Amino acid sequence: MAVSLAHFLVVSAILLVLGVFGIFLNRKNVIIILMSVELILLAVNINLVAFSAALGDLTGQVFTMFILTVAAAEAAIGLAIVVIYFRNRGTIEVEDISTLKG
Amino acid sequence: MIAVLAFYAFAAVLIGSAVMVVTSRNPVHSVLFLILAFFNAAGLFLLTGAEFLAMILVIVYVGAVAVLFLFVVMMLDIDFTQLREGFQRYAPFGAIIGGILLIELFMVLTAWRFAPEAATLRLNPTPTDVTNAEALGRILYTDYIYLFQACGLILLVAMIGAIVLTLRDRPGTRRQNVAEQIARAGTVSLRSVPLGAGLKEIGIVRPPAPEEAKPKEVEHHGHGGHH
Repeated sequence: MAVSLAHFLVVSAILLVLGVFGIFLNRKNVIIILMSVELILLAVNINLVAFSAALGDLTGQVFTMFILTVAAAEAAIGLAIVVIYFRNRGTIEVEDISTLKG
Repeated sequence: MIAVLAFYAFAAVLIGSAVMVVTSRNPVHSVLFLILAFFNAAGLFLLTGAEFLAMILVIVYVGAVAVLFLFVVMMLDIDFTQLREGFQRYAPFGAIIGGILLIELFMVLTAWRFAPEAATLRLNPTPTDVTNAEALGRILYTDYIYLFQACGLILLVAMIGAIVLTLRDRPGTRRQNVAEQIARAGTVSLRSVPLGAGLKEIGIVRPPAPEEAKPKEVEHHGHGGHH
């Protein structure tokens, strides 16, 4: 029995659901929410790479690289926002951010 | 056979560490489990033959993103127990949403199939004579050069944005004024400045130091007779 495409798809589906679950579970902690987003993007990447290998098409791997780039940029900006928010408010509770509305 | 065993090992550790990322009590442990998850995902990439992406995943995610997370978690002095309030309250809700999503994904997984002409529609068939990194480079720098440049632009904007967001200009700090230094005439001048003038200028004039309390003289009475 060899490793088939379906195996990778199951793993990535579970990973994606865990990421979504993490966002619900840690409603107040922005840092864990950002980590959950990273998990979701990792699940997407596993999907793309598995399909790329199954089809013999390298385009999926190129797109995975672009997703990695955007994920790195998103993490950097998100953490910068967390740092300045903590500097201003002394906490990182997500529910307090509703004070931003105009 | 070895590949199957490796797949199950990598997948099990990946999912287990993802669970720990989400449910861990201590955010530092969360970040460390995230690093473990990335390593195992890199292993899965290796199994599919995407060696270059596996290395990139280890370098970019473990080397940069996860360390950034670790840095922020340790730098901010956050009361994490307070942030975990409502953990139990949201858990059933999240489990319902996640369960629905998982069921839907498995329904898709059992029902889908490749289109019959999928093999002929490939944009970039994997070459067999060059390595994975070289094949990716050939595609990336010819067909996807504009997307590649756009990625560079995204990273530049993210870098500038992160610097602009976190840079702060506190009043009262003294810095080197390069323009003034360069604009000086080439003469050395000697000025006599009254003592403490610089301190007065900043506004932190210290009060004169109080007289040091003299050490209490210990009186020796001849109780025990020793000296």
